[in-house]
Amino acid sequence: MVEHRRWNDILAYAILTFGVFIVVFPVYVALIASTHDAATVVNGNMPMLPGSHTLENYYRAIFIGGSRASREPVGHMLMNSFVMAMGIALGKIVISILSAYAVVYFRFPFRQTAFWIIFVTLMLPVEVRIYPTYKVIADLKMLDTYAGLILPLIASATGTLLFRQFFMTIPDELLEASRIDGAGPFRFFKDTLLPLSVTTMAALFVIQFIYGWNQYLWPLLITTQESMQTIVTGIKKMLTTTDELAEWQLAMATAILAMLPPVAVVVFMQRLFVRGLVETEK
Amino acid sequence: MANVSLRNVRKTYPGGFEAIKGIDFEICDGQFCVLVGPSGCGKSTLLRMVAGLETITSGEIDIGGRVVNEIEPADRDIAMVFQNYALYPHMSVYNNMAYGLRNRGMPKPEIDTRVREAAQTLELTGMLDRKPRQLSGGQRQRVAMGRAIVRQPKVFLFDEPLSNLDAKLRVAMRVEIRKLQRRLKTTSIYVTHDQLEAMTLADILVVMNGGQVEQIGSPLDIYRRPATTFVASFIGAPPMNLIKLSGDEIRAQFAGDRRSAAEAGILGVRPEDLSISGAATADGGITLNLTVEAIERVGAETFVYGTRARAEKAVSATPGELPEGEVIVRIPGQDAPAIGASIRAAAHRDKLHLFSADGRNRIDI
Repeated sequence: MVEHRRWNDILAYAILTFGVFIVVFPVYVALIASTHDAATVVNGNMPMLPGSHTLENYYRAIFIGGSRASREPVGHMLMNSFVMAMGIALGKIVISILSAYAVVYFRFPFRQTAFWIIFVTLMLPVEVRIYPTYKVIADLKMLDTYAGLILPLIASATGTLLFRQFFMTIPDELLEASRIDGAGPFRFFKDTLLPLSVTTMAALFVIQFIYGWNQYLWPLLITTQESMQTIVTGIKKMLTTTDELAEWQLAMATAILAMLPPVAVVVFMQRLFVRGLVETEK
Repeated sequence: MANVSLRNVRKTYPGGFEAIKGIDFEICDGQFCVLVGPSGCGKSTLLRMVAGLETITSGEIDIGGRVVNEIEPADRDIAMVFQNYALYPHMSVYNNMAYGLRNRGMPKPEIDTRVREAAQTLELTGMLDRKPRQLSGGQRQRVAMGRAIVRQPKVFLFDEPLSNLDAKLRVAMRVEIRKLQRRLKTTSIYVTHDQLEAMTLADILVVMNGGQVEQIGSPLDIYRRPATTFVASFIGAPPMNLIKLSGDEIRAQFAGDRRSAAEAGILGVRPEDLSISGAATADGGITLNLTVEAIERVGAETFVYGTRARAEKAVSATPGELPEGEVIVRIPGQDAPAIGASIRAAAHRDKLHLFSADGRNRIDI
């Protein structure tokens, strides 16, 4: 047991509170900024209390977009981001669980080699292989498509490793019992491995959804049409203006909206997610 | 219901390790066969070969008149109970039992009948909707049995099914398994390292060591007439006392010995056949002069550990069984000599066993 000393406790809480303040304050400012009109935000004295333009700002951000005609409304960008994040999360789960199943349960030539090749991709995130990946996607005519946004980000090893570790903790007898019960490889996968992997899948889903949602460089590179823009790149574009004031109140409203889906995913899947990381139910 | 025959079955692992070195035996329809031996003797491997979970390097395994070497486990018409039960953790008790039947495409009503029947037999009726993790060890064990029963297979295979249970439950389940098998009359092969389980369950007992069969027979035959010193020390607890004798000593002891050669040998006598109350035996038995080293009181009986006064050493067939020169005597009740006392332990001639010097052969006396 750690000995409890009064001053230690107070110091610890003070440091933690300070840390929370540092993290939360910018979010709070964004939230406040999204409730004022443009003039209040840009005059340099940021109020610390909510203003009266909340509904107007969010309505404009979601359905109309900025004052310039070319800017997409946030609603559409949210949709794009959502499709991309879901596509990456689900695609990755499917690919990872299948490859992990192959690597763990099947004896085929160069099994170890296959595993190491998958493993090595860990060292090649999108940012490193961005030019060749761009070339491939361009040649496949996938620029400005959902497929182009999703596919290159699905291919990586994190999920495969996670499932492999999980599969290796499943006792061999379960496979043997399945064989005696007349379940072939497909049935064993469907009836035993999948249900047992639910928590691992949930954990991977949360991680990958947020990873996909927060992608910036890749969508920026391969989407040229406004209609394919994701919300993360959209926010940035809202602030790059040439001959007019950036509409900070709309940008902040957009930022707040952009935070909501990942927060929702974490909140709703938290229980499954934590169980998936710490506990293996066998 | 089927005979199971093993014909010169061998198993060599890719690394060159020979786990099973040519095994032949036959189990008749409805018999309960127990494979017993120390860990690493190949008994589990052999069982898994019958199940189809391990390939057979050479030889034939025949279940109900059909050679099953190349047949998938699911199609061998066997059911297996695993040591850790291997229940599907995410399925209810009902589904655990029904799963194998569903995979075979059996109609639902029949599955239901069979599962409920098995549940009734095993007193699991109230637990059909529970998950395995909500069950106690003994209940999980019964679900594993239920999964085997509903299949109505030709052969039951048990791989140390009781070793994860506590001692009391183990005895209770042992009796249950035996009763169940008697009722269902299904040929069974049961692997254990526990000689008590082996003795009480088996119709035919196969004692294995180092990938080979040491002896096959009914449990009591094996107890009465062990074929080798390995079997002698493995079956029976505490193990048989084994005493190295020179050829001269053997001839002096057994005047009627037909063997004339002055070969050395090993004399065996079970702790329960030695008595410290009787006088020296007149019928050609033996008397051992012992110094008491330790006493173990179990309640109904007491084990006296003594060292022999004379120079001969008792040999142990497997390392760690008996220290050299030590003799165990089992006496009824709790009255035991004091530690350090000198005692005389005697055994009748018909309770003595004689083995060749290498322990591989039994010599009739």
